[in-house]
Amino acid sequence: MSDAQVLTPAGTIDWNSDKAQRRVRRRYAADRRLQAYGIIAIALAVGLLGVLVASLVRTGFPAFLQTKVDLPIHVDASKVDAEDPASGNYRGLIKAALNKAIPDVPKDQQRSVRKILTSHAAYILRDYVVDHPDSIGKTITLPIALSDPFDQLYKGVIPKHMDALNWVQEEWFERLQNRNVVVEHDGRTSLKLDVYVDPAAVEDGDYVDLARNSLQAYFPRVRDSSLFEMLAPDAPAAIEKAVAEDPAIVGKTVQIYFPVSEHYATLAAGEEPTILNPRFNEAQLAAYDVFVDKGMLRTPFNWELFFNADSRFPERAGLAGAITGSFYALLVCFMLSFPIGIAAAVYLEEFAPKNRLTDLIEVNINNLAAVPSVVFGLLGLAVFLGFFGLPRSAPLVGGMVLSLMTLPTIIITTRAALKAVPPSIREAALGVGASKHQVMLHHVLPLALPGILTGTIIGMAQALGETAPLLLIGMNAFIPSVENMGLLEPATSLPTQIFSWADSPERGFVSRTSAAILVLLGFLVIMNLVAITLRQMFQRKW
Amino acid sequence: MIGYVLLVLLVLAVVSYFLGRRRAVSAVEGREQDLHSRPSYHGAFVAAWVGLPSILFVLVWLLFQGSVIDNLLLASLPAGTTDGLTAGQTSLLLSEIKSVAAGNIFGEPSATVLEAAERYNRWQTIARWSMFAAAVSIALMGLALAGGRISRDFRARHGAERIMSGLMIACSLIAMLTTLGIVLSLLIEALRFFDRVSPIEFFFGLNWEPQIPIREGQVTAGGAFGAIPVFAGTLLIALIAMLVATPIGLYSAIYLTEYAHPRIRAVIKPILELLAGIPTVVYGFFAVLTVAPAMRQFGEMIGMPIAPNSALAAGAVMGIMIIPFISSLSDDAIAAVPRAMRDGSYAMGATKGETITKVLLPAALPGIMGGVLLAVSRAIGETMIVVMAAGIIATLTANPLKPVTTVTVQIVTLLIGDTEFDNPKTLAAFALGLVLFLVTLALNVLALHIVRKYREQYE
Repeated sequence: MSDAQVLTPAGTIDWNSDKAQRRVRRRYAADRRLQAYGIIAIALAVGLLGVLVASLVRTGFPAFLQTKVDLPIHVDASKVDAEDPASGNYRGLIKAALNKAIPDVPKDQQRSVRKILTSHAAYILRDYVVDHPDSIGKTITLPIALSDPFDQLYKGVIPKHMDALNWVQEEWFERLQNRNVVVEHDGRTSLKLDVYVDPAAVEDGDYVDLARNSLQAYFPRVRDSSLFEMLAPDAPAAIEKAVAEDPAIVGKTVQIYFPVSEHYATLAAGEEPTILNPRFNEAQLAAYDVFVDKGMLRTPFNWELFFNADSRFPERAGLAGAITGSFYALLVCFMLSFPIGIAAAVYLEEFAPKNRLTDLIEVNINNLAAVPSVVFGLLGLAVFLGFFGLPRSAPLVGGMVLSLMTLPTIIITTRAALKAVPPSIREAALGVGASKHQVMLHHVLPLALPGILTGTIIGMAQALGETAPLLLIGMNAFIPSVENMGLLEPATSLPTQIFSWADSPERGFVSRTSAAILVLLGFLVIMNLVAITLRQMFQRKW
Repeated sequence: MIGYVLLVLLVLAVVSYFLGRRRAVSAVEGREQDLHSRPSYHGAFVAAWVGLPSILFVLVWLLFQGSVIDNLLLASLPAGTTDGLTAGQTSLLLSEIKSVAAGNIFGEPSATVLEAAERYNRWQTIARWSMFAAAVSIALMGLALAGGRISRDFRARHGAERIMSGLMIACSLIAMLTTLGIVLSLLIEALRFFDRVSPIEFFFGLNWEPQIPIREGQVTAGGAFGAIPVFAGTLLIALIAMLVATPIGLYSAIYLTEYAHPRIRAVIKPILELLAGIPTVVYGFFAVLTVAPAMRQFGEMIGMPIAPNSALAAGAVMGIMIIPFISSLSDDAIAAVPRAMRDGSYAMGATKGETITKVLLPAALPGIMGGVLLAVSRAIGETMIVVMAAGIIATLTANPLKPVTTVTVQIVTLLIGDTEFDNPKTLAAFALGLVLFLVTLALNVLALHIVRKYREQYE
């Protein structure tokens, strides 16, 4: 009963006693602790947002630039017919231009060196010559995109040389070094390991397993076959040699020197072992270095990211198809959900009698707002595609599904905007003889319109980011050209394009995906800014 | 074609608006004040009668044209062609006829198909033109009917307003129709699924291998539809998400409502809400790009293998997405506690912290619980993060470092690509969808109920 002790006989508290002071201090410490937790929580949340944005910007920024080489090309009149420039031998022209820019490439390497350029180089040249027929017979300098690996190399995203060993492997070796197992023997870096020379293995001549087992004995908990890369290919032969020198060791445990493989020898010498990045070969890198040395490479802004449609090659892939598809889907969504949403909201807010049906409708709208988006996709699949037989992947269907999803948002915000219009306006209009519909159309709706528009734009912004329902109705088609896109043609959209690119294995698509996300976020920011400005410009205090 | 038909009808409606107006004005020889309704109401009344029935007719026609022509086409094939064909084969035949009709000929279509394709094209043309003719005549009929009623005393405003009310009621019924459509489509397909797979296996089975052979001779797993591992994976990821989001969301709400300077609050609150505005596909990519590799590396460092698509990575990122839900709902709940309770606590000499933990939080608990339940329902229904960052194989495990799969992942993977509606693999997605819909609905109703009940206590 520590509390009772603080009480003086008179029933008052001695606030100056040590105990009371301590308790007050403790209580305030608890208060500060709670405050600290709050600050930590906010810092975490804001920090995570920062990490998210930072990692997207870091990986996405390079995709806004595209490495190009200014390649002088002689448009040989013998290979391109001035009458019919579209069908010239442009591949040959590119080949000749490359051979001239980078002489001394052995014949068997020329093919792989050509892979420095994008696979579409010939088409870029063709399009240019078709547009500029007077260039035939002259030498022009045309910027041509590099293929993905060299684009990434020039931007410094991937290195020329990579670590030959991962850090786990290096750590294993370090452990052996610390146990003085790594020694120099016969001029080679070797491991001095205890080997039980198993007679059965000797009989079978299976020295590989013997060598591996003796190494494994030092790492009883490692279950990773990359451990054995430490042994040189001729390591098992060391056992064989030892047995040949002294057959008496069979059946005994002896120490044998195993030479380590090349990379570990480098590591033991205190250097970092590297290998050539497997995506390049020496001839390609030599040619690339020529480009770099001559200053032919530059990284202009990547307009193709916005004006090209999708492609299997990262350096050609752009967002035009996705942006067009999203635009069509959002257009349909707006055309449907804006009038329907306003009409429904006006009816429910101003005209509906209070009865069970309208109650039911209200409950329904609130619940619809919380239905998972993938369920709307199932609805679209079963009803729009299955029952009504509308075409798959079409922006029309995508827009219809999205409009069902945005409808609750628009209805709810429209009702709030209608509620904010003061009753005096309604009463004044009714007082001069307007009908209820006239009050609505002529007075209340125009006053509520800014609020309604704000809500609609926010709803559209949500719809722009929706992915799952579009995925289910197949709006993730591969669209290599923006021509003949329409409401009923297969299409893709920004978020589904992000999803498809995120799934692509090429390194260049990682960067493109981040860039596409930045573009999507850019659109969202613009839409929200418009919504906020609208609200601030037209907001009225009654 | 359909676009042109609708355009023609719209133009007709606009023209008839002006016709109606003119007629009303001429009915009173220009003395507009004699009219019961203003001329524009007469115009609007006529335009509505011209536009609405005909456009409605076109839409209804389009709903049925496809299936009617399909059935006619099947019936017109030589006797015996469709005997012994399954529904899937019949629809294949139909689509072959249609693609031939559109001019995309692959291989050597049989004479029957070529003939049917020609017939199909002919019928399509007939159907289109008869629809056009019927729609225009309906529009003209509307014009005659409504135009004939225009006179000095005709109450056109009442007519137009009645039509408008009807339209508004129809619009508000769309929300109902959507719910109905969701329930019906999920239910019908799910029932078809339970026809083939027993509900007992689905709800209690421990084995989920939906990749059953679609073609004969395809090598796949046997096909098992026990959804327990899928449900367990969903709950595991949702649990991880809540473990991340609840403390962060709740503590930041406490700080923002009770401690923060109003100016700081005005800055921080929108930043937190930004987290809710980011599309989920972005979070999914963030999980794949940054969070999962970081966790994997950390796991390697401390000697614990973490799968690249572990439940932990997906759940943690989902937790980040959910933070703003928890924080803004808890914020509302704490702010709704009556001022008197706060003042009473301070008057007793309680510190701010004590007031929060002993008075505000208990009083706001129902509201906070409601928010948490809403967040759980979000987490269960969230799709893109888990599709990108969680696993596809259903394993029954409680280990957050292993990959697990979720209901939404299964729905998406089962339905991407192949959408023949007559195999259990696709139908299983609808059964899962039904479960998902019912569970999230129940959570939402429960959450709203708790929140509402709590509100009544204080107001």
